[in-house]
Amino acid sequence: MLYDALVAPFVDYPFMRRALVGALATALAGGPLGVFLLLRRMSLAGDALSHAILPGVALGYLAAGLSLPAMTLGGLGAGLVVALSSGAVARFSAQREDASLAAFYLVSLALGVALVALKGSNVDLLHVLFGSALALDDTALYLLAGVATITLAALALFYRALAADTLDPVFLRRVSRFGEFAQYLFLSLVVLNLVAGFQALGTLMAVGLIMLPAAAARLWTQDLTRALLLAGVLGALSAYIGLALSFAAGLPAGPAIILAAGAIYFVSLVLGRAGGLIRNLTPRRHLEG
Amino acid sequence: MRLTRRAVLLALPALAAASARAEAPLPVVATFSILGDFVREVGGEAVEISVIVGPDGDAHVYEPTPADSKKLQRAKLVFVNGLGFEGWLDRLIAASKTKARIVVASEGVAARKLEGEPDPHAWQDVANARRYVENIRDALKAADPVRADVFERRAGAYLQRLDALDAEVRASIARIPEARRRVVSTHDAFGYFAARYGIAFIAPEGVSTEAEASARDIARIVDAAKREKVGAVFLENVVDPRLARAIAADSGVRLGGELYSDALSPPGGPAADYIAMMRHNVEELSSALVP
Repeated sequence: MLYDALVAPFVDYPFMRRALVGALATALAGGPLGVFLLLRRMSLAGDALSHAILPGVALGYLAAGLSLPAMTLGGLGAGLVVALSSGAVARFSAQREDASLAAFYLVSLALGVALVALKGSNVDLLHVLFGSALALDDTALYLLAGVATITLAALALFYRALAADTLDPVFLRRVSRFGEFAQYLFLSLVVLNLVAGFQALGTLMAVGLIMLPAAAARLWTQDLTRALLLAGVLGALSAYIGLALSFAAGLPAGPAIILAAGAIYFVSLVLGRAGGLIRNLTPRRHLEG
Repeated sequence: MRLTRRAVLLALPALAAASARAEAPLPVVATFSILGDFVREVGGEAVEISVIVGPDGDAHVYEPTPADSKKLQRAKLVFVNGLGFEGWLDRLIAASKTKARIVVASEGVAARKLEGEPDPHAWQDVANARRYVENIRDALKAADPVRADVFERRAGAYLQRLDALDAEVRASIARIPEARRRVVSTHDAFGYFAARYGIAFIAPEGVSTEAEASARDIARIVDAAKREKVGAVFLENVVDPRLARAIAADSGVRLGGELYSDALSPPGGPAADYIAMMRHNVEELSSALVP
């Protein structure tokens, strides 16, 4: 019974195995990124950026049809322009970054919708621009795995700079030139992951697998290293449970995976040992002498 | 009956007035490309037709624009498929405040049911397409009696071509061995075609393209493709081709070409009009299924 629900689908069907590998890659790299976003108070920036990518992907589609490399390059370009220019606006004008990001992503999204409409045909955007975890081909898998590898390698290499820039950016900028670099590197990694996840898995999956496991992990530990690892693991777990759920209950894969991640988040919210509801609401003994 | 005759008598002076300036073509709207093609065949030069959802567009999930509203306002007749195909239409008609007569082209067609809802893709059966053309002819004659004989003549000629098409489709399907007349398609749009011409279509998505397929749906199709020994998996011009490719790879079944179901191709494409579309689909089926 348990075997039928949890193991058999993946043994019997290659498309389930590909979906699992793709979602695992996205989750393992996305979770740690999400923790950094969370700590930088940019939890909603991922969502905004995922919308900003649309015109680039649409341009890629208009130029080269349903071609993964073209759409990836286009999305990457649009995402980087929006992320970096809203950062620059925040730096050189009086406006704060959340305001400029909101402005830039809305313009970008509108541009994307208009571009697609210009083409004349209204082939459903959802079917063309967003992929589905269930329809991953080899190119999409290589893209997801490649992006995950680059992300994890970059996180490992620049871990100290990123951590310092996240936790105390003023300090880092004072002692090292890495400060600026860390910010742009980080934003680029976020865009890269969103672009890959966006087309291979759908926008809900791309943002959801970054933010939900990170938010859940943060409820269990204050320690950055542990939170990074835990976010990746919880994301992977969500991907696995979600796909099994999609198979057993006949739900679309994207929402199923995100619902699984959501369930994990709510459990953490109640039980979490670092700021969960039970922990926070029960009176604790004062530390003794 | 007597009442209608009196209505006609009363309307005669108005008709006479209309005939005096009858040279301008009749402005009409059709909701999607296939219906537009029928109206063009019957109306010819005598109608000025605008189509709302053009070639390669998906009429299931269309979002109307202000230009569409303008088209409706000008139109004397609006041809719709009906059977729940154009879900967005009622709001558009209400918003445009059009005084046009709404003509349901599928009127009188025996509707098939799909999961409790009527299946709108009736034009995939050429006998139903005949019915569409007759409804269009009658509506045009009623709206522009002066040119009734033009519509009558053009519709007659087109109906003859449809009869020939029907015979041609039957003959082509007859050349496919009976055991091989089964395919998987990504969109449940060929129910009428299947019922009339005897090819079984197994589809991973429901009747509408709005719902996303689940892992279970896809697993069922892969299973069905293996178990029932289908001849081929077909893509369709409006649904995610990646899904069909994944199914073909997993079931080890041949990947057929592109079938047109809800929309024509742009001019110059393989399915620029209805007859070309049906021929194209049958050719694709034959080349994938004839061993």
